[in-house]
Amino acid sequence: MIQGIDYAAILPPVLCAVAALVVLLADAFDVPRRWLGVLTCGFLTAALVATGVLAAGERRTTFCVPSGLRGTGPRSCSYVADDFALLFQGLVLAAAVIVVLLSLRTVDTDDLPAGEYHFLLLAAVTGALALVAARDLVTLVVALETLSLPVFALVGLRRRDDLAAEAALKLFLVSVVSTAVMLFGVSLLYGVTGAMHLDRLSAGLRTLPADLEPVASAGAVLVLAGFAFKVAAVPFHFWAPDVYQGAPLPVAAFLSVVSKAAGFAGLAIVVGFGMPSLGDVWGPVIAVLAAVTMTLGNLMALRQGTAIRLLAWSSVAQSGYMLAPLAVGERRLSEAVAATVAYVALYAVMNLGAFAVVVAVQRSGEEPVALDGFRGLARRDPLAGTALAFFLICLAGLPPGVMGLFAKVVVFRAAVAGDVTWLAVVMAANTVIGLYYYLAWAVRVFVPSDAPEEGTARPGFAVRAAIAATAAGAVVLSVAPQLVLSAAAAT
Amino acid sequence: MIFLLMMAIPACAALALLVPKARFLPDDASLGRFGILVSGATLLVGLSALTAFDFSRASRAQLAVDRVWEPSLDLRFHLGVDGISLPLVVLTALLTFLCLLYTYRHPPAGGRLRLFTALLLVLETGMLGTFTALDLILFFVFFEVVLIPMFAVILLWGGPGRRAAATKFILYTLLGSGLLLAGMLLVAVNAGTLDMTELARRHGAGVPHGVQVTGFLLMMLGFGVKAPMWPLHTWLPDAHTEAPTAGSVLLAGVLLKMGTYGLVRVAVPSAPDGARSCAAALGLLAVVGIVYGALACLAQTDLKRMIAYSSVGHMGFVLLGIATLTPVGVNAALFGNIAHGLITGLLFFLAGSVKDRYGTGDLARIGGGMLGTAPRLASFLTFAAVASLGLPGLAGFWGEMLALLGAYRPDAALSRPAFVTFMAVGGLGAVLTAAYFLRLLAKITHGRPRDSSDAAVLTAPTVYEYAAWVPLVALTLLVGLWPKTLLAVTSGPVRALFGGIG
Repeated sequence: MIQGIDYAAILPPVLCAVAALVVLLADAFDVPRRWLGVLTCGFLTAALVATGVLAAGERRTTFCVPSGLRGTGPRSCSYVADDFALLFQGLVLAAAVIVVLLSLRTVDTDDLPAGEYHFLLLAAVTGALALVAARDLVTLVVALETLSLPVFALVGLRRRDDLAAEAALKLFLVSVVSTAVMLFGVSLLYGVTGAMHLDRLSAGLRTLPADLEPVASAGAVLVLAGFAFKVAAVPFHFWAPDVYQGAPLPVAAFLSVVSKAAGFAGLAIVVGFGMPSLGDVWGPVIAVLAAVTMTLGNLMALRQGTAIRLLAWSSVAQSGYMLAPLAVGERRLSEAVAATVAYVALYAVMNLGAFAVVVAVQRSGEEPVALDGFRGLARRDPLAGTALAFFLICLAGLPPGVMGLFAKVVVFRAAVAGDVTWLAVVMAANTVIGLYYYLAWAVRVFVPSDAPEEGTARPGFAVRAAIAATAAGAVVLSVAPQLVLSAAAAT
Repeated sequence: MIFLLMMAIPACAALALLVPKARFLPDDASLGRFGILVSGATLLVGLSALTAFDFSRASRAQLAVDRVWEPSLDLRFHLGVDGISLPLVVLTALLTFLCLLYTYRHPPAGGRLRLFTALLLVLETGMLGTFTALDLILFFVFFEVVLIPMFAVILLWGGPGRRAAATKFILYTLLGSGLLLAGMLLVAVNAGTLDMTELARRHGAGVPHGVQVTGFLLMMLGFGVKAPMWPLHTWLPDAHTEAPTAGSVLLAGVLLKMGTYGLVRVAVPSAPDGARSCAAALGLLAVVGIVYGALACLAQTDLKRMIAYSSVGHMGFVLLGIATLTPVGVNAALFGNIAHGLITGLLFFLAGSVKDRYGTGDLARIGGGMLGTAPRLASFLTFAAVASLGLPGLAGFWGEMLALLGAYRPDAALSRPAFVTFMAVGGLGAVLTAAYFLRLLAKITHGRPRDSSDAAVLTAPTVYEYAAWVPLVALTLLVGLWPKTLLAVTSGPVRALFGGIG
């Protein structure tokens, strides 16, 4: 039986996959490395435009079960370009453009192989784009692996660097274990329902015989564990700080934003579309994961002395906030998913911004820049300094960083609406810890530096553009947070 | 619309101060005039709101702006005032204006007047927004707007221990706002609306008892940090002591009121069942605060620190008034709010002037005999101290007296013996308050100067100091002699709050 494919629907991931090959070939034909970055940016922008066009049109689906085989079941499409998927695709692509801008100088100074670097990046982006649109378990797992595999290589790309090699190995091992666990969970779910498509899985779980329920519950928890690794939730978090530190900075930014956003999208898809009826199983599990993740992340972030490790731990903590709404279980699930989506989108802007400034300040080949290295930044480089302070205040969730405040509000609201008030209280305590280290860092930016003023390396045009773009996004969203909130609520 | 304008003026002025120095207001003098002008204009708009307000219908939200902000999330941009918030709005505008007037000739040590002015104006926007917001989310946003500016004011222009004080201030208040957010949303989600007037109208109908108790408890803790309620007050003495004069005045005069205002405006009306369950605890913490504040004051050696601790005691009376859940008690609380804003604002201005002249706030080093060496300053200080200790005929008296009266006959659902005990202990606290203020006066205004050669260098108060003091003195007298001016405005809406006809 021949199946029609809606090529328009899958245009964004296809564009990225084509771009990956084009870049690899171009590198083989000795195209200057600068051009490879520009080429990557161009393709990503084209895919972004395609996403925008798709978002304006109607909902598209493809790879559906043919009507002859469907029986009485639902339509069961493996790839769905709905508002949810397109919002995440837009987010992933925009973030990827920023990451490529941040990479341009790092690729030069760290002497990374430009062709491979951009190829791997594009391959990972392809995986992320497919992941957020996937609606069956097999596609989800394959997309997740497409996202993960290139990242191991990206992390270890800095040759002759033990730290990078160790980080890559650590990431690889944790990832493989978590994938295995997840596959086991998938097989259990398939075993009890006989379905891979999420809509069938959901229907199957609702009519499950009572004696199979423990098996289904075990499957659900194991699948969660796989995503918990992806979003660096405790207890699958410990790779994050070492990997962030060992990887080239733009790759760390990619991990903490693109990879994490895709992970949360996958989690929301699985729990929201696939197993809402098991909410009383995964809800409490996620609640505990969220509480432990945010608390541990924040407490560890307090003790960090370097910018990159602080960002790593704080991004673990932020994962906790993003998980929190999903703790509600089946009740008010759509509201909870909207809250997580909104938080992820707002977090992407502010965290990328913070990473961009760290990239600007970090000198190649030196130790990771310490927090004290940011002293006097506002004087040396007013744009980067003020922007960093603003991003940090946003992450802490205080005005004038109104976007961060609203991110917090939607998450709190989803949590209390779903009757997990205790989690909201844990979150309240955590925002205070978070504020402490974010604020201490932001204050440093304005404190005059003790060390003699050294000529800072100019961050270069691309990095400046990245800072300016994220700062502009943060300001716009602080003035009009409803832009993201309403888009998220519509999913 | 009038409140939109009132907030837009300081907000736009603060933005205008971002223009590089060379282009706009190059010197401190013109900058100071700009600050006075802007806050004066805001005050004028506030006074015109006073004339536009229909006092015969004080229990309704008036002069409202109600726009849909984001329908999918039920966010509204809803501003308006009733008799409860109007006095606080005017107090905010007045105190900010006086602070900028005072700053014109007495800038805080540390320079950077431009940033200081901008921060005070942002602070004003946030405070006005808190008192006029009628949507919970909007209220929360404005509630948070004040944090960073006040943090920066303490951090950049504070005394020697400013770093710790500023950090403590912001961490404590943020913990409070986190709990507050959880509590407010918990009640709002269960009631199905974020609109504060609607929540108040329903009196918690449809919200289960357990949710109300949890929600009120969270809000009580959240507002209690700000108010401050013992034992969550420990940020306050440090912050007040280290902040520059204008910062202390606004902290004590307005920021603390955001806590008690929030209890009256949000917590009590939206979760009345919860309030009844927690009232005894609130009352207990309030009287502990009264006695603790008074005892701590007796032990202080620093003028500003003593005034700061006295705030703990005075706000204890306000909280006690709220805890009675009776119209008398809540009226007392609102009265006490305004009275404390006027009197403690004045006290901090005076403490700033004393510190300017003596170079220290240490009571022992100031020595005695101020009435001889600086008679006018000492007279004002005496006036403010006796007003603060609750002398009948001045503003401080009514709030405390009515709060104790309210405690004598609390809401029917509350334990009367407990509240009568609170009343007795609170009365003891009032006596202790008198004791420490009289001790203060005996120590520094009376007696002999420590060193007679100091007498010559003490300058007479400047015009700008008088300008900051006199309006507060006049209002303290006005409200003290004719308490009806204020009670008439608040009693209607307070009755409506408890289900009566406004």
